[in-house]
Amino acid sequence: MSGKQVHELDRVIIRFAGDSGDGMQLTGDRFTAETAAFGNDLSTLPNFPAEIRAPAGTLPGVSSFQLHFADHDILTPGDAPDVLVAMNPAALKANLEDLPRGATIVVDTSEFTARTLKKVGYDSNPLDDGALSDYKVHALDLTGMTMDALAAFDLTRKEASRSKNMFALGLLSWMYGRPIEGTIQFLEKKFAKHPVIRDANIAALRAGWNYGETTEDFAVSYEIKPAALAPGRYRNITGNLALSYGLVAASQRSGLPLFLGSYPITPASDILHELSKHKRFGVRTFQAEDEIAGVGAALGAAFGGALGVTTTSGPGIALKSETIGLAVSLELPLIVCDIQRGGPSTGLPTKTEQADLLQAMFGRNGEAPVPIVAPCSPGDCFYAALEAVRIAVTYRTPVLLLSDGYLANGAEPWRIPEINDLPLIEPRFATARNQGNGNGSAQFWPYLRDRETLARPWAVPGTAGLEHRIGGLEKADGSGNISYDPQNHDLMVRTRQAKVDGIAASIPPLSVDDPSGEARLLVLGWGSTYGPIGAAARRVRAAGYPVAQAHLRHLNPFPANTGDVLRSYDRVLLPEMNLGQLALLLRGRYLVDIRSYNRVRGLPFKAEELADVIEKAITDV
Amino acid sequence: MSETLSDITVELGVPAGLRGVPTTDVPETKKTFTSDQEVRWCPGCGDYAILAAVQGFLPELGLRRENIVFVSGIGCSSRFPYYLDTYGMHSIHGRAPAIATGLAVTRPDLSVWVVTGDGDALSIGGNHLIHALRRNVNLTILLFNNRIYGLTKGQYSPTSELGKITKSTPMGSLDAPFNPVSLALGAEATFVARTIDSDRAHLTAVLHAAAAHRGASLVEVYQNCNIFNDGAFDLLKSPETRDDMLIRLEHGQPIRFGADLDKGIRRDQVTGALEVCAGDDPAVIVHDAHAADSSQAFALSRLADPGTLARSPIGILRQVDRATYGDRMSEQLETAVGTQGPGDLAGLLAGSDPWTVG
Repeated sequence: MSGKQVHELDRVIIRFAGDSGDGMQLTGDRFTAETAAFGNDLSTLPNFPAEIRAPAGTLPGVSSFQLHFADHDILTPGDAPDVLVAMNPAALKANLEDLPRGATIVVDTSEFTARTLKKVGYDSNPLDDGALSDYKVHALDLTGMTMDALAAFDLTRKEASRSKNMFALGLLSWMYGRPIEGTIQFLEKKFAKHPVIRDANIAALRAGWNYGETTEDFAVSYEIKPAALAPGRYRNITGNLALSYGLVAASQRSGLPLFLGSYPITPASDILHELSKHKRFGVRTFQAEDEIAGVGAALGAAFGGALGVTTTSGPGIALKSETIGLAVSLELPLIVCDIQRGGPSTGLPTKTEQADLLQAMFGRNGEAPVPIVAPCSPGDCFYAALEAVRIAVTYRTPVLLLSDGYLANGAEPWRIPEINDLPLIEPRFATARNQGNGNGSAQFWPYLRDRETLARPWAVPGTAGLEHRIGGLEKADGSGNISYDPQNHDLMVRTRQAKVDGIAASIPPLSVDDPSGEARLLVLGWGSTYGPIGAAARRVRAAGYPVAQAHLRHLNPFPANTGDVLRSYDRVLLPEMNLGQLALLLRGRYLVDIRSYNRVRGLPFKAEELADVIEKAITDV
Repeated sequence: MSETLSDITVELGVPAGLRGVPTTDVPETKKTFTSDQEVRWCPGCGDYAILAAVQGFLPELGLRRENIVFVSGIGCSSRFPYYLDTYGMHSIHGRAPAIATGLAVTRPDLSVWVVTGDGDALSIGGNHLIHALRRNVNLTILLFNNRIYGLTKGQYSPTSELGKITKSTPMGSLDAPFNPVSLALGAEATFVARTIDSDRAHLTAVLHAAAAHRGASLVEVYQNCNIFNDGAFDLLKSPETRDDMLIRLEHGQPIRFGADLDKGIRRDQVTGALEVCAGDDPAVIVHDAHAADSSQAFALSRLADPGTLARSPIGILRQVDRATYGDRMSEQLETAVGTQGPGDLAGLLAGSDPWTVG
């Protein structure tokens, strides 16, 4: 050991930033994996441009990855970085305003040339002109040191310089006492077919670590002890991965073969990529010609008795709307996953937003109610997928699963469930005719409902005696024959609504977290705002103010006690990453004067920001 | 073993297209496949003849009827599934090939049929049609072409002749029509055929061959809409003109037509295009539906006049073997299980580097 000082910290927020071609997402992923292996609690926030290779060195081309890790349980990727690693002037400029005074900045000086500085509008070099005097700056020639370390390798200068992200990772790993063995194994596997690249990256990683240990520039390293998480086996998981696994688990727990019909779209494509790997679970993935075919094929598969799933983002939902309406009319199980992103139109493909709620709720012609489930954290995407499948199969209905870009790409430690603890989902296919016709023989009526759930029988082709035809035309109650009868249509519209409303009987009541029991303000949320709201509530309580928190996971129908909960507080505050969509629904449904806090910046809320809003609301009550 | 039905050769035994679909020993009749629903097409509609042909021909397949599914889109023809006592879905406009794809790929034990029209398949659903064909999903697609929108009461369709006067085109339509057979051949279809609603024997024989084909089969049926486009195919149907206007294709036979087979088709040696010649011209070409290269089938499809449909080839233009999308997918699943073993959910969830707390 070097004998350098080791300072103990309870939590750190690091942001890696560079050009979109600099490998910042990979660097962040590896630091995350190391941190997870070390046992800290963590939460991450990748932030990258929609362009694959935006012009080098420009502000729009900056890609970053923020990681918050701690010796205690945390809920968000953190508001403001303690450490910024900036690989070029654009990365510095784009991120500097997020840094608190006193933060540490590590920059790669080799990229700070007159030309690159000018490109982002710096008249003078901020490393020399005192602009960074409020920060602890480590101005290092990361590229040069990387190339020196790789001098012995048969690589061009350009190739060698590409390993600078591994040098930076090695240095930061030393600073925070992260193990690097996992990354070495990762590199060995990733570049198994390119031994020179593999060895160069490993050498750069080690060189970065060794530099930290030997240089005078870094006098201290930091220790963040493992967090005391609940006992169990853990892994690191992103929302899209958890959602994919939830679908595979639902397939296994229902015995229904999984069929995914999907069209590539950011930020949902990773679910298609992931599920296409799991063919040995009987998973069939179909990359369709368009969004409409993706959901159409899923519905066709559902008609045949498969677990039909389609995955997309907001623009894709717009295209799938007619088919979702058909699924409402056919009353077949169908899972529609919307990984929300900034809208309208193409909007902000790589940024997060919660503005598809009303589209999910109402975006179809006619009275076409669809249940909606929204996960609250990356790991919860697993359970939300299982819950969506439970509802879809039990009630024979399409279900919308509303995730978002923040959950999709964010990661956190996830306690690995025991398979036997996961719910069993019973498809209960129809096997026999269900209606006497008066002359001794029986018929099959595809719209004769279960009295309790109002679900219709799911009779799949291949079942003898249950041949039937269904379609998008209105059907007669019971027989399912085409019917234009006015009374029948009124009955069917109300019955489809009653069926979805009735799902409330099978979901848990809305629970409230109010440790003091004295709160007069309820902060309500849904979806991915759970972490920031929870972190903000902790701060407010720590400052001595009582506040209650509740989070809606089911948005259609709402839990049965929702109105009672809302009415039992003097004031309800509802932060949303939209212009008040849930507030509109709740106000209309429960006549409660909900106060909204709305921001649509493409980024999750910051805990500090919400804490201020909550404190102000408390003082206003 | 094979026998000749009309002018088309049909394989007996379990044909490739129906491999995996359970058969029955219980005799089936037309009644077996007739549902209790009242047929509601306009009296005189060509759809009646096609329905009767399908109901009459299905028993010959010997399949269990519960393993037959008809999927349709929207339009007059798309009411078809309601009248067949099989499983069926009347879906939404243009999307039947996509919906049927999901069904066929997950259920290889089903015989899946798509019933569609010229507007449904070639206008709103054009994208799904071409992709189902190029993927070679094991589907039999019946495209009823009446060259008009019937259900919406008489607008021109993507197969209407240029200049057609309709409710939406009082001064004549402005867009050139699709030739569905040319389109299907361009979309890499492995089975492409054309037939006519009024020729029961030919229609039935083509349906047989289409059902027997493993892969996407596209059958264009010239179908008369007696309300909005009556007589659209009279040139091809009238005893006075039909022999000179229809080119009946038979695999392995010289392509001749006309009342006394006095006309033939030969290749222009300079341009490579096909042209009409005398029936006894030694250069008359022989029809090869199984040719790997689709150029000649495409050239044949171009003989039809886009306006009058004169010189329309009917019969099987192309029938070649290519692995289906569903079979390839099933193979990948089997390979995955074979090389990695069946899925282990606990192992999947744990991933490669879990850690233990407490």
